[in-house]
Amino acid sequence: MSGTPILEARALKRHFVTRKPLFGAPTVVRAVDGVDLAIAEGETFAIVGESGCGKSTLARLLVRLIEPSDGRVAYQGKDIGDLSEQALRALRAELQFIFQDPFSSLNPRMTVGALIEEPLRTHEIGTAEERRSAVARILTRVGLRPEHADRYPHEFSGGQRQRIGIARALVSGPKVVIGDEPVSALDVSIQAQVINILEDLKEAFGLTLIVIAHDLAVIRHMSDRVAVMYLGRIVEIGTADRLFQAPAHPYTEALLEAIPIPSVGARKAHVAIEGDPPNPIAPPSGCRFHTRCPYAADICRTEAPTLRDVGDGHQAACHFSGDLALKGIQPDDVQRTPAATRRFEIYSAARAQADPITHQDPSNREETPHAYR
Amino acid sequence: MSAVADPVLPKRQSRAWVKFRKSPSALLGGAIVVFFVLIALLAPLLPVPGPAETDWSAVRKTPSAAHPFGTDEIGRDVLSRMIWGAQASLLAGVVSVMIAVALGVPLGVLAGYRRGWTDAVISRVTEALLAAPFLILAIALAAFLGPSLTNAMIAIGVSAMPIFIRLARGQTLAVMTEDYVESARAIGVGHLALIWRYILPNIFPPIIVQGTLTIATAIIAEASLSFLGLGQQPPAPSWGSMLNIAKNFLEQAPWMALYPGIAIFLVVLGFNLLGDGLRDALDPRDT
Repeated sequence: MSGTPILEARALKRHFVTRKPLFGAPTVVRAVDGVDLAIAEGETFAIVGESGCGKSTLARLLVRLIEPSDGRVAYQGKDIGDLSEQALRALRAELQFIFQDPFSSLNPRMTVGALIEEPLRTHEIGTAEERRSAVARILTRVGLRPEHADRYPHEFSGGQRQRIGIARALVSGPKVVIGDEPVSALDVSIQAQVINILEDLKEAFGLTLIVIAHDLAVIRHMSDRVAVMYLGRIVEIGTADRLFQAPAHPYTEALLEAIPIPSVGARKAHVAIEGDPPNPIAPPSGCRFHTRCPYAADICRTEAPTLRDVGDGHQAACHFSGDLALKGIQPDDVQRTPAATRRFEIYSAARAQADPITHQDPSNREETPHAYR
Repeated sequence: MSAVADPVLPKRQSRAWVKFRKSPSALLGGAIVVFFVLIALLAPLLPVPGPAETDWSAVRKTPSAAHPFGTDEIGRDVLSRMIWGAQASLLAGVVSVMIAVALGVPLGVLAGYRRGWTDAVISRVTEALLAAPFLILAIALAAFLGPSLTNAMIAIGVSAMPIFIRLARGQTLAVMTEDYVESARAIGVGHLALIWRYILPNIFPPIIVQGTLTIATAIIAEASLSFLGLGQQPPAPSWGSMLNIAKNFLEQAPWMALYPGIAIFLVVLGFNLLGDGLRDALDPRDT
């Protein structure tokens, strides 16, 4: 990583007051409790963690869809917390968001064309004519047809709707796109398809992509770097390869354990963690993971570990990182049967030929709506 | 993809119209409303005696060839008074609801959208208005404004407004929690566009239904105001004032009450069917 990060979070906090009695202290949920992040231009950055760890809150904080309680977010070095409402709205053309649920995130009373055109209309990009053709182009790019612009969202399947959501996020030519669990509401068979589209478009549009997920398997191949979140804090952050192969935090190891490996006897011993995450209203003392950690020692109950470097910019917040021999997933753990390998090869060959969206010459950039600016 | 060619997609407006035409109840409702509107408009051209013409030789006569709907207590033709009364009653019903919607929906949306103290002020005033019974409030306002049909409509409209404020506010609060509203904010859509494209279209179905129901209440309220001399000024007729007089002669001349009652019933039914049909036709979801 060099130069200014395109998006940077410093000591970012968001606390929600859930109950405020007339007398006494209010009940506060520390959804995001001190997060530092620096995302480089052009990378695919994944944030993973189980439900309730604050990753969706973090995603919304990064684009100021909700206001932070403390800390700051900088886009291209500028603090977006200081921006006026007007300036923030203008910035949203460059900072887009893909929502988790494709069924509830599209206005049912607008046509697909109007939905996709909306970012262009809002930011006054292009003439009406140009906007219409931009909508037609982006529809083709996400694998839909231009005629679909006249239909309503309810006429489409979940996967198609999510592609409409992607088209809506990309049409204004953003620099950063944040996907809040963009595929977790979809069927497994559709997930791969939508991820492929995201990856292809990221390549073609030169995007910086931030993907939130609770499933490590989903982001394994697409992300450059991964941050693991637990109870509002980042516990490990590093390149995807390193994090998967040699995790430095016991929680990451546990998450990796949860990925199914489709091969008999690939796994012998289990170190699965048990129980639910602790209540974020009253997080445990010391290391927040000590209540579920199989390696917990006395120091973990009293002293909170901070993120520290374990080599090559890989960071983990564990007192024992480096001392523990944690299991990762080796690339050759996941083996396909010869038949499956053949099927995948045939499929990708067919896709390369038939599908105009993918495998396109990346130099074909003027095709994108950037040209209107 | 199948080999079948894509059907030519109808335009948005025509899609709603096609759906409307396919619904028999919506068409029936539309036909009833159009029928009464035509009668009200064509009243001066129809071959009936004047609505205020008295015939002292035909007081409270049963329906006959000369007077198909009978005559009232001072010998006026009931059919003629109903035809002329359609104007006042339809106006009272439709205009007062339009006033209520035009005032109530923006206030309700504002309260639900801004929340905070804006909501507190609007909601408290609404509750204060709701605390007074609808009719009492209308009578007080009409008395304050002075007796005339226009003032009666304003009084009824303002009295019916709190229902629409509450409905619009509640619906707005519900719509504001939807993901698609957050998606609009993520894109940078401004406040007015958000209200116009996201909130209003999504809160409008229950408002249409409430509006058609309130038309009935408004017609009856106009009758009550007329009875007190605060609405349509006698001798000019309205269905409500006819009903109010007829109740004194229910045993001797039931036809005096029967026909205006049927007319109110039909108009209310017509508006309800029309409203339901409109709501369904304008919803892109169900086919």
